Amino acid sequence: MYGLTPDVALVCAADAVVGASFGAIAVGLGLPPWLPMLMSVVVFAGAAQFLFVGLVAAGGSPIAAVAAGLLVNARHVPFGFAVGDVFGTGWLRRIVGSHLMVDETVAFTLAQHEPARRRTAYWLCGTGLFLSWNAGVVLGTYGGQAVGDTDALGLDAAFPAVLLALLLPSLGTPRTRRAALAGALIALAVTPFLPAGLPVLLALAGVAVAGAERDGQSVAAGSPQ
Amino acid sequence: MSSGTDLVVATAVLGAGTFAFRFAGPVLRSRVALPARAERLLTVAVVVLLAALVATSALTDAHSFAGPARPAGVAVGALCAWRKAPFLVVVLAAAATTAALRLLGMP
Repeated sequence: MYGLTPDVALVCAADAVVGASFGAIAVGLGLPPWLPMLMSVVVFAGAAQFLFVGLVAAGGSPIAAVAAGLLVNARHVPFGFAVGDVFGTGWLRRIVGSHLMVDETVAFTLAQHEPARRRTAYWLCGTGLFLSWNAGVVLGTYGGQAVGDTDALGLDAAFPAVLLALLLPSLGTPRTRRAALAGALIALAVTPFLPAGLPVLLALAGVAVAGAERDGQSVAAGSPQ
Repeated sequence: MSSGTDLVVATAVLGAGTFAFRFAGPVLRSRVALPARAERLLTVAVVVLLAALVATSALTDAHSFAGPARPAGVAVGALCAWRKAPFLVVVLAAAATTAALRLLGMP
């Protein structure tokens, strides 16, 4: 069993730097300083925040920016169904837990199997990311020039690498691997033509590959898994 | 550019909508017991979503190819992960590779 805390801390540190770049970019685009900070607390979803700020700063209507952000965030519906069991009962835990749901939190939870470890992973990663992301945004908003270009640090490669490393143990069965591959290919194929967020949702069609093969395979192998 | 009030309202609406998306799963699944088969399919669905996020965030930027430096870094990270390197090594190797390639002038 590896230690969860150092891994979560690393992702928190990387996200704090990305958060700082978000604050710096938003202010650099001429938006008021309170906007990136308010968004990061209220929305707390990096990809949607970058998209929203970019559209509004380019002169787009706020309604279009909200619609684009919501489309990017729609993936949280299936995420919630899959990890919703870790919050426990009680409305407060459910409300706070839901707000802390981001890609990395879901990926860290998915990588754990025992219920207690899933819970620990979710809350540790969720609270850690909320604090580090918002701290980063505040620093970037007021000290923007110091952040520089996060692309020069290769941080844009860190996000997919984090998700992939956490995803790898779940790709154990051929069925899941085929579904994941099909989904990834679908998303890549439609990315040039569709608004952000939609390609990832369409990738869910890849689940049909796993669903359709399940029955045939369990009959053939005779072993439920 | 939009007024401050417009931006506050837009942020609130985006926040509320995003929260509704996040809240739907936990609330609905507390009311219905999901069959084991549905639970398994949900896990596969999340794996598929994350795999699609990995693919699109590694290879594309806005609507076109991100340039070779980023996918090269992610590939090095993937190789490290596949060889069971520690998480820290995976993430740092990915970022360092991309940063080094960009330093050499690769987009």
